[in-house]
Amino acid sequence: MSTRLATGGSRIDRSKPRRFTFDGAGLRGFAGDTLASALLANNRMLVGRSFKYHRPRGIVAAGVEEPNALVNLGTGARHEPNQRATTTALFEGLTATPQNVWPSLDHDIGAVNGLFAPFLTAGFYYKMFLYPRAFWKHVYEPFIRQSAGLGRAPAPEDADPDTYEHFHAFCDVLVAGGGVAGLQAARVAARAGQRVLVLEQTSHWGGRAPVDGGTIDGQTTEAWTAATLAELAALPNVRFRTQVMVAGVYDHGYVLAHETVADDRPGAKGPRHRLWRIRATRIISATGAIERPLSFAGNDVPGVMLASAVRDYIAHYAVSPGDRVVIVTNNDDAYRTALAVHRAGLTVPVILDARPAGGGALMAEARAAGLRVETGRAIAKVLGTKRVTGVAVCAQAGEGAVLDTIPCDAVAMSGGWSPVVHLWSHCGGKLIWDADRAMFRPDAARPPTDHTGAGFVTCTGAANGALTLAEVLADAGATGQVDAPLEAALAPVWMMPQGAGPKLRAKAWLDFQNDVKVSDVQQAAQEGYQSVEHAKRYTTLGMATDQGKLSNINGLAILSDALGQPIPQTGTTTFRPPYAPISMGAIGGAARGDVFQPIRRTCLYDWHEAAGAHWEPVGQWRRPYCYPRAGETHQDAVRREITTVRSAVGLLDASTLGKLIVKGPDAGRFLDLIYTNMMSTLAVGRCRYGLMCNENGFLSDDGVVARMSDDTFLCHTTTGGADRIHAHLEEWLQTEWWDLQVYVANVTEHWAQFAVVGPKARQVLEKLGGLDVSKSALPFMNWAEGTLGGVTARVFRISFSGELSYEIAVPVSLGRAFWDALLAAGAEYGAAPYGTEALHVLRAEKGFIMIGDETDGTVIPQDLGLDWAISKKKPDYIGKRGQERLRMVDPDRWKLVGLETLDGSVIPDGAYAVADGRNANGQRNTQGRVTSTYFSPTLGRGIAMGLVRRGPDRMGEVIEFPKLDGSSVKARIVSPVFYDPNGEKQDA
Amino acid sequence: MLILTCPYCGVAGEETEFHAGGEAHLKRFGPGSSDDDFDAYMFARKNPKGVHFERWRHVFGCGKWFHAARDTATLQVFGTYPAQVSGPPQDILDRIAAATSAHAAK
Repeated sequence: MSTRLATGGSRIDRSKPRRFTFDGAGLRGFAGDTLASALLANNRMLVGRSFKYHRPRGIVAAGVEEPNALVNLGTGARHEPNQRATTTALFEGLTATPQNVWPSLDHDIGAVNGLFAPFLTAGFYYKMFLYPRAFWKHVYEPFIRQSAGLGRAPAPEDADPDTYEHFHAFCDVLVAGGGVAGLQAARVAARAGQRVLVLEQTSHWGGRAPVDGGTIDGQTTEAWTAATLAELAALPNVRFRTQVMVAGVYDHGYVLAHETVADDRPGAKGPRHRLWRIRATRIISATGAIERPLSFAGNDVPGVMLASAVRDYIAHYAVSPGDRVVIVTNNDDAYRTALAVHRAGLTVPVILDARPAGGGALMAEARAAGLRVETGRAIAKVLGTKRVTGVAVCAQAGEGAVLDTIPCDAVAMSGGWSPVVHLWSHCGGKLIWDADRAMFRPDAARPPTDHTGAGFVTCTGAANGALTLAEVLADAGATGQVDAPLEAALAPVWMMPQGAGPKLRAKAWLDFQNDVKVSDVQQAAQEGYQSVEHAKRYTTLGMATDQGKLSNINGLAILSDALGQPIPQTGTTTFRPPYAPISMGAIGGAARGDVFQPIRRTCLYDWHEAAGAHWEPVGQWRRPYCYPRAGETHQDAVRREITTVRSAVGLLDASTLGKLIVKGPDAGRFLDLIYTNMMSTLAVGRCRYGLMCNENGFLSDDGVVARMSDDTFLCHTTTGGADRIHAHLEEWLQTEWWDLQVYVANVTEHWAQFAVVGPKARQVLEKLGGLDVSKSALPFMNWAEGTLGGVTARVFRISFSGELSYEIAVPVSLGRAFWDALLAAGAEYGAAPYGTEALHVLRAEKGFIMIGDETDGTVIPQDLGLDWAISKKKPDYIGKRGQERLRMVDPDRWKLVGLETLDGSVIPDGAYAVADGRNANGQRNTQGRVTSTYFSPTLGRGIAMGLVRRGPDRMGEVIEFPKLDGSSVKARIVSPVFYDPNGEKQDA
Repeated sequence: MLILTCPYCGVAGEETEFHAGGEAHLKRFGPGSSDDDFDAYMFARKNPKGVHFERWRHVFGCGKWFHAARDTATLQVFGTYPAQVSGPPQDILDRIAAATSAHAAK
């Protein structure tokens, strides 16, 4: 059993007990424990089930690489799945539950999948669910969805109660990793006067050194670490932080790091996580190395752990993973574990060293301590199911014939070490295969490059393949005298025993979380998967939440062997950020809720709010959709507002309308290129409706242009289009017609603009007094500047409703006062505000198009019957060439028409008109679609606009629009102008 | 995230401060041009693994369009220059040639 030792534990504080629950059971640990160490101290080796076969899974590692010990952490709104017990700091009241278990961790029904293991091999899903076709929708897919996913997602109604933030940092040198290599590299950079930032992912400095031993200049590694930190702390140019994991390195030295601030203090004030957004000139990756498992049958049975993890638990947490620990290794490092276990008073029944000649000084030390060392030996298979009960020993060189059976309750395995090269590789740093050490390490000649073409990431220490203390220090630029045992060479062992047959290979796990075995990778190779990237996806090797930290190298060695090619030829899969999972909350930072994105408000926002406006988002603006009165539905309000406009006078806050000033001696020439129609001939004081297309010819925006003076035009754009069109004009001015002398300024927010619309509009303005707004003084499509009600205003006689209409622009600071004056003046004429929905219906009744409704980026002005607004005289405008293409002049194009339902109902939005016959996919052919559809209170019936094949040539024809419920609605093709076709009202 | 220096205001900014505008030095083909010319101008874009001349706008800065010469594989930026030219300036071409020959020497 695993238990807490009576003494020791460098990280725990025995005076501070911590209570926690796992799987419903109340347990105890100490401050300083991780959840994993506390579970082991309570003899909880079995912590979860694997993904596919629901195999029992135990803790295998002690750090971020842990594939098995994933738990549901927390309850209610703070519930979070897939949290690694090995990196979760224990705190009072922590609540965790195991994942992928039903009905319970001990008795899991899904484990029956294990019986089908021979059928659930690599590519099972691809093969099994192909046939019969009809089974996919009702049998296979529901089954897969049911069994997919690890852990339980938080309830959708539970909003995350915690806060998160982003933090920007800048440095000359970023050191990732606070072990001996990182601290030494930081010291070198700091002494050179560089701004240094050192980030360590755990809460502790010194990396593996305190556990692995050795001395530097006569100091213990702890003393050396403390002295180095003290030196760095005294320097003003060095900052260092723990609990910050460097997650990813991006182009030109951009780095993201994830800080766990308050995971162990749920509900504490301040952010829970912090996302560091760092700009570093140079990055030193001192990220260490991760020990590899060995591939032997039963290497996934709870109680089989990494050798380094076993001695970590003993040294840091005084936790014994088992009373009898068998060591199995292909290198010298695991002997440190054997000695640690032995010195803790536990039993090491045997050390199985796969190397025929065994190891060096550490082996001698183990033998001197009386430990039994068997060289050239391997594990044939692990005995036990939910917990190791023993190992069957065989010769590594053989096929697994059992020589001996040794009872034990834990196995410490070491297959060598893999440098953590992720940060090197994220931006394209290349690796080389070091055959002597059986590892991929950074190729210093091919680093990731920055904007100058120079390498900007270096690796140092174990991350660079320097595994012993002496090598690490030298690699990081130190000259210190190191005392540590000399180590004999490792022997690569990819399969244990070497000649293991199919039965053993099918029980030798590579990826513990995703249940990928040696046999799966071999099968993938047999089926023709030669690329490591394809084999990965076919077998799911390394695709679990640990991203193959333990499994990838072993897997690609097996793949290389199966393909009969050397490992470097197989290569690695791509390393992608983040190095380890980071929270979505940290990525979002403060950008949530009210500050998710900025809201643009007109000067009347507060008035609208007080008037009970129902809001509609339009781009980043908020506009009133309608102003419902007591007892009114939104629909009632919209209909009332339309009737007010048609019969009396309505007031609209049109301030969001885009307003661009185009000024300069060449302004007219420029606008002739921008608009489809002629703008240079527009007289001062006049207005003209204009269309803008993109170079493809498709309609992009529309609006009224007013000529202010000889060299100045005011271009109105759609509400959502102001910034986009401003950018469009700048792009053409700066990059194509830079010889034109023109300036463009976006003055959208400088002016409040109100539409006064309806038969009584003129009376309201006359009551305000000032500017002559009579038909003769200010005819339709003219504008004038003057005072209205004492306020200087620009008055445009333009109409988007078909009614007599004035749009009045006043400086935005006077907007509210002018609006109040309008309301007061309009009261006796029944004036009332109207919203965007009334605006839409009013324009549809009049057959006016709306950008985004009648257009979708594939519609040219000619499709909308707007040929009258396209100049035939101009040699060029943006989009003219595009519109000359064959497809654009095809008479079969869908063109704008009005649609009048025979039964007076409203056609569903987006409905398609069906035609005879079926297309190649067996679907009904179509001949048109609805682009705008409303109930018109003015006409008392449903009206619609739509694009119909040869529509204008088919007036009076009836076409049919199927509805979602299976029925259909018939509509007659009519003119899109339903209201006042001769324009007498707007001209009044 | 790239760092680019705006040749107008001199600010070295993060990529998010800029807006990418695709291939630079396109010749516009308007009314009267052949279908092939127009098609190539509208749709055919270079996508090299290597040096790429491209358009950027300092959209959250001075608002100016400019050009950059950038290696799409190494992300080396050989320089940025104003947009009002029909081809890259000689000093940038020299820098590209120097980097290319240095690379070939390796």
